[in-house]
Amino acid sequence: MSEVGLDPERVVVREIDDEAHADAELFVGSPTIRVDGVDVQPPEEGEAPGLTCRVYHTRDGRVSPVPDPHDLRDALARVAARA
Amino acid sequence: MTPPLGDKAPAFALPDTEGVEHSLANGTFPATVVVFTCNHCPYALAWHDRIADSARDYSDRGVRFLAINSNDSERYPRDSLEAMQRRVRDEDWPLPYLHDESQEVARAYDARVTPDVFVLDGDGTLRYRGAPDSDYSDPTQGAAWLRGALDAVLSGEAPDPAETEPVGCSIKWKP
Repeated sequence: MSEVGLDPERVVVREIDDEAHADAELFVGSPTIRVDGVDVQPPEEGEAPGLTCRVYHTRDGRVSPVPDPHDLRDALARVAARA
Repeated sequence: MTPPLGDKAPAFALPDTEGVEHSLANGTFPATVVVFTCNHCPYALAWHDRIADSARDYSDRGVRFLAINSNDSERYPRDSLEAMQRRVRDEDWPLPYLHDESQEVARAYDARVTPDVFVLDGDGTLRYRGAPDSDYSDPTQGAAWLRGALDAVLSGEAPDPAETEPVGCSIKWKP
């Protein structure tokens, strides 16, 4: 966040601890990273909310438990550009 | 508590996706690999091809591979028997995919994550436990720890390392 001029203190970590909470938040798995409310790697349409591990794909096609760092940087940069 | 290395691995009999029962006691194998895995975990998916390739590569040496899904499919429907059947049907699985619906086998092995790999020798003694290799994100690792353990067991030697830290998603236990 610092790289793109955003304040790292503004990261909010939230625990989703039951199915009802997941439904309410449209939480499709852990970790879900949203920048200004927008998912860094939006889930496929119709993907059901739930307490599960999230499957991401890196830009070179590999399966990963976390988003591609480039996707995260791009999402942050988009928000920084609007600020 | 995890069965200690050098002890007999817990016996089990579980059905695969076609309903065929597989038991540690069935048949004679110079080594058996038991992998706790699942459908929805990114670590399990990332390592799957490496484990499957190992199963293919060691089949001509008589090594048996058994994949076990112990996750609670009520709360995690992607790990249902039907979802397991779809995967085996749609993918080229070289190893049976067993359903541990009661979770008793995972508890007996003290499996913690997916994937969690156990290598048994021909006597059913536990010789290796841990991750397939050191980095889920690096396919070139090629399940090196698993293959090293198998090479050692097939040569009558002790694997080195004999134990590594399993890495992955926690087993999804029933409430």
